[in-house]
Amino acid sequence: MGNKKDFGWYACCIALFLIILPLGNVLGFVSGNTISLWGRYFCFAIVALGVDLIWGYTGILSMCQAFFFCLGGYSVAMHIVLRGATALGINGIPMPDFMAWNQVESLPFFWVPFQSFGLAVVLGLLIPAAFALVFGYFIFRSRIRGVYMAIITQALALAMWLIFLRNETMLGGTNGLTDFKTLLGLSLSTPGVKLGLYLLSLLTLGIAFWLSTKLVDSKFGKVLQAIRDSESRTSYTAYRVMHYKLAIFIVAALLAAVAGMLYAPQTGIITPGRMDVRASVEMVMWVAIGGRGKLKGAILGSLIVNFLYSICTSLFPDSWLFILGFLFIITVLYFDKGLLGMLETVVAKLGRMRKPAAEPTGREVMQP
Amino acid sequence: MLLTVKNLSVSFGGVHALNLSHFNLLDRELRVIIGPNGAGKSTFLDILCGKTKADAGEVSFDGHSVLGKSEVHIADMGIGRKFQKPSVFPSLTVYDNMLLAFKMNKGIFASLFFKPSKEIHDRIHEVALKVGLQKCLGKIAGELSHGQKQWLEIAIVVLQDPKLMLIDEPAAGMSDEETEKTGELLLQLARQHAIIVIEHDMKFVEQIAQDLVTVLVRGKLLMEGTFDDVRNDQRVIDSYLGRANVQLENF
Repeated sequence: MGNKKDFGWYACCIALFLIILPLGNVLGFVSGNTISLWGRYFCFAIVALGVDLIWGYTGILSMCQAFFFCLGGYSVAMHIVLRGATALGINGIPMPDFMAWNQVESLPFFWVPFQSFGLAVVLGLLIPAAFALVFGYFIFRSRIRGVYMAIITQALALAMWLIFLRNETMLGGTNGLTDFKTLLGLSLSTPGVKLGLYLLSLLTLGIAFWLSTKLVDSKFGKVLQAIRDSESRTSYTAYRVMHYKLAIFIVAALLAAVAGMLYAPQTGIITPGRMDVRASVEMVMWVAIGGRGKLKGAILGSLIVNFLYSICTSLFPDSWLFILGFLFIITVLYFDKGLLGMLETVVAKLGRMRKPAAEPTGREVMQP
Repeated sequence: MLLTVKNLSVSFGGVHALNLSHFNLLDRELRVIIGPNGAGKSTFLDILCGKTKADAGEVSFDGHSVLGKSEVHIADMGIGRKFQKPSVFPSLTVYDNMLLAFKMNKGIFASLFFKPSKEIHDRIHEVALKVGLQKCLGKIAGELSHGQKQWLEIAIVVLQDPKLMLIDEPAAGMSDEETEKTGELLLQLARQHAIIVIEHDMKFVEQIAQDLVTVLVRGKLLMEGTFDDVRNDQRVIDSYLGRANVQLENF
């Protein structure tokens, strides 16, 4: 019965996002902006999957997921900006305009690999993964957990934000990277490319969800929940807890990076504002509001909260943070299983109300 | 000799928690450790399973030194620990609790590509039957009663197939009937594993103490003998009475 209900949900999602919205876009009654907006929501949903894996399933409150998201985003943005570069360095290699304005003479060495799209993608995945591995190794080896984990990851997010803000970092400083023109020879402003990126994000979200489901249902996923429940018991049962924590930290970082790579070309700009502490905290809130410890909850939460954000910022521009805070408090106080948990409770109650009415007919059939 | 302990000592903030001159355990022996509160019984088990680091001494298990090794390493060597407060995975089902414990390769990739087999399934059912949880396999572990959680934790330890089981107050918080069942279970398990049990309940000790009983007082070994030796020893009675614990006297 549960599968049938799930099937209905999936069918609705596919119908809406894979057929109605794209078709509407092609026929002209859904604007390109709406398509790009939802494409970006899908990116956020991919990050949320990672947050749910590490926080919802494993119980590690990581508050630096937005940083990993931006590492992915910046790597693709760097490639796009390099391709559209008009200024020339003294060695004749093109470099982004903002560097020329900042009196930089030639392209810094770490920008060079990003001239190639393939290398940009590889580095966009490799750097966050390596970062998660090294940083995670030191945190988990010292057995830092709970609130301390949240604080230390926030400190990391803050430090990285400050580094990216500086002009000397050569990543565009406060203004970030913008003025995106083409990616792989395709103009990013055409409706067809926008729709393509939207579909690519949807597809990636689908794949990420499917892989995460596999991961959670495997024995590996059960070990993650075991770590959340009782870390010491997991150790005494001969599981090397640190290996599992590191693995899931890297997986979450990779999901965030992939999302960032898809996000940057659809938004047309990436700034350090995307990686500040607030951004990471908001990612955790999406998952909390949607339903922690359930992959569908993470997706639902990120889509709904971001959709609300878009509506609220146009209707009441100043009150968005109050609305988000209110939602979060209500969730924590009354719906600790999030929106999804609330929906399931309501459905279960409706089912119980309907059952007594259905029972007599069942008995009548049995009597003769 | 499965376990040999020599001059083991540990202190917390200058207080000697444990100062054990010697302790030996044979394979498949069921040893009961008794002693008043603060005698260092749990500390002793904590050192054996790697939870607490010892200051000095030697612990040799199955020919290998235990001290300084990690919890996972010690568990791999074949020492399983059951804690005083039931420590299970409350949000997983009873079956999954037992599946995770089952002795197998516990690396990341082994877990990722794990396929359930009939052998594992049968073994889990067998152990579940032994601890009386065969009807609760599909239940969430957090919903079990206190006694059932204790049994589940024993099942977790059994499924690791350890050579030595360290069991801390298994009967705490159990009804008389549950306590007796637990005693029978331990006696049955002692045919395949060496077991060290810590217990306060003298009635329970009498039921399971088929071999030797060790008495610890203030971190030191007071005496070792059969249950009758221990019960009639004046020093043991004094140390319990000194703690205003009348349980032994009444017995």
